[in-house]
Amino acid sequence: MTVEAATADGLQASAGELQTIVAARRLRSTRTVFIGVGRPSTAALLARMVHNPGLVLVYESGTIGAKPFHIPLSIGDGELAQTADSIVSVPEMFNYWIGPGRIDVAFLGAAQIDPHANLNSTVIGDYDHPKTRLPGAGGAPEIAASCGEVIVIAPHTKRTFVEKLDFCTTVGHGDGPGARERLGFRGKGPTAVITDLGVLEPDPETKVLVLAQIYPGVDVDGVREQTGWDLEVASELQTTEPATAEELSALRELLDR
Amino acid sequence: MAVGDAVESLVSDGDSVALEGFTHLIPFEAGHEIIRQGRRELELIRMTPDLLYDQMIGMGVARRLVFSYGGNPGVGGLHRFRDAVENGWPRPVELEEHSHAGMANRYAAGASDLPCALMRGYVGTDLVSHTTVASVTCPFTGEKLTAVPALRPDVAIVHAQEADRDGNVQLWGIPGVQKEAILAAQRSLVTVERIVDEFEPRPGAIAIPGWVITAVAEAPGGSRPSYSLGITDRDNDFYKFWDRMSRDRDQFTAWMNENVLDQEEAAG
Repeated sequence: MTVEAATADGLQASAGELQTIVAARRLRSTRTVFIGVGRPSTAALLARMVHNPGLVLVYESGTIGAKPFHIPLSIGDGELAQTADSIVSVPEMFNYWIGPGRIDVAFLGAAQIDPHANLNSTVIGDYDHPKTRLPGAGGAPEIAASCGEVIVIAPHTKRTFVEKLDFCTTVGHGDGPGARERLGFRGKGPTAVITDLGVLEPDPETKVLVLAQIYPGVDVDGVREQTGWDLEVASELQTTEPATAEELSALRELLDR
Repeated sequence: MAVGDAVESLVSDGDSVALEGFTHLIPFEAGHEIIRQGRRELELIRMTPDLLYDQMIGMGVARRLVFSYGGNPGVGGLHRFRDAVENGWPRPVELEEHSHAGMANRYAAGASDLPCALMRGYVGTDLVSHTTVASVTCPFTGEKLTAVPALRPDVAIVHAQEADRDGNVQLWGIPGVQKEAILAAQRSLVTVERIVDEFEPRPGAIAIPGWVITAVAEAPGGSRPSYSLGITDRDNDFYKFWDRMSRDRDQFTAWMNENVLDQEEAAG
């Protein structure tokens, strides 16, 4: 399924572009954001350009307040170190900055997401004899436990959105209401899953992900078809505001650098 | 000291070896020397195996891997690592995996000569039943915490920008866990871009006194395709090339033969 939403002056945003733009909008009033590479990094740089010039970017390589002009390939590119307010060691990053909950929002990705927004980035198949060995946890478990909130960014396919994870690498909302409190986590956990079809959010009562926003031109059945469980729709389903010309031209300029 | 002589005197078959450097300052030259010297049965320890351990695993150096993120940063997976885990090629590799926070704390405990580190983490995940962690109760508050065992590698190898003639080391930019790895290990080697008469003070630089380091060797460009901030740039194109090339066992082997095994050590 493709999404082609026209902006006011006729520019067409692709589904992937709108996904990045929607992620950037979530950072309008955020002070600090923890980001990995790829789309999260692009979204955070876009947010600094369009919505929130003071947004503090934190990368797990230890660069706090990085202000890269180019989208970095790795979380440790030289430009991050050269533009950071502070550079810290990995133990310091996790023990002094992430653990105590000093970071407001964390962007995470995953190979599998379950209905309670728990994440798998370890293996597809059995752990000892995996069908696909994935990179592993990295910083995700402790980032998701401690940052103020988590926003997951992932492609919307049945392979990704599954009823049951092959491996729980990172706890989102565990087995439902009260799980995070029982585990002693500080942060609110996942507040949104931004896909290339729309936005899922946990139901406040059940903590099960429901469809909260749908991109222009996408229909609900199409989203449900791409979800591996019986996806429910929020009582007030919203159609995502199309990309503005400002957002789209800023994003394309950023990608062209 | 030449890199080859340093590696030969410090690394033996069966050792646990940590080559650290978090994206930045990865000691590729020293790792290639380990491959050229035909070391086997190593326990390789590294937070982010990166291309270097992909190469070492693909060349059959490793018996065991201790790690927290086995990906090609920003590009995708590590194909030699995957092939070893999924298919046992060229040999099976035993895994012990952790989170970054866990690995970082394990090094810090090793550097502190403590048996373990305490942290909040792992709880609720499937990692708990597949790795070495334990739950402990804080004697002061009663809070349940996670204990991770100290890392004490036989050998730690890191790369830095500079050493002086007394063997003191200065590195700047992303510091990763290099200092912790050196202090946690029984023996250590630092390869450096250059040896200088006197350090120029740099903002945020870390200085490591020569008396805690076993050997220093000059290896200009020794972190390529990673980088040494201020001296070399990260070769992002190589990281993308590796993703394409290393999918195929024969292509990988040919590339390693031509670019690693047949090469004389860069630093004489």
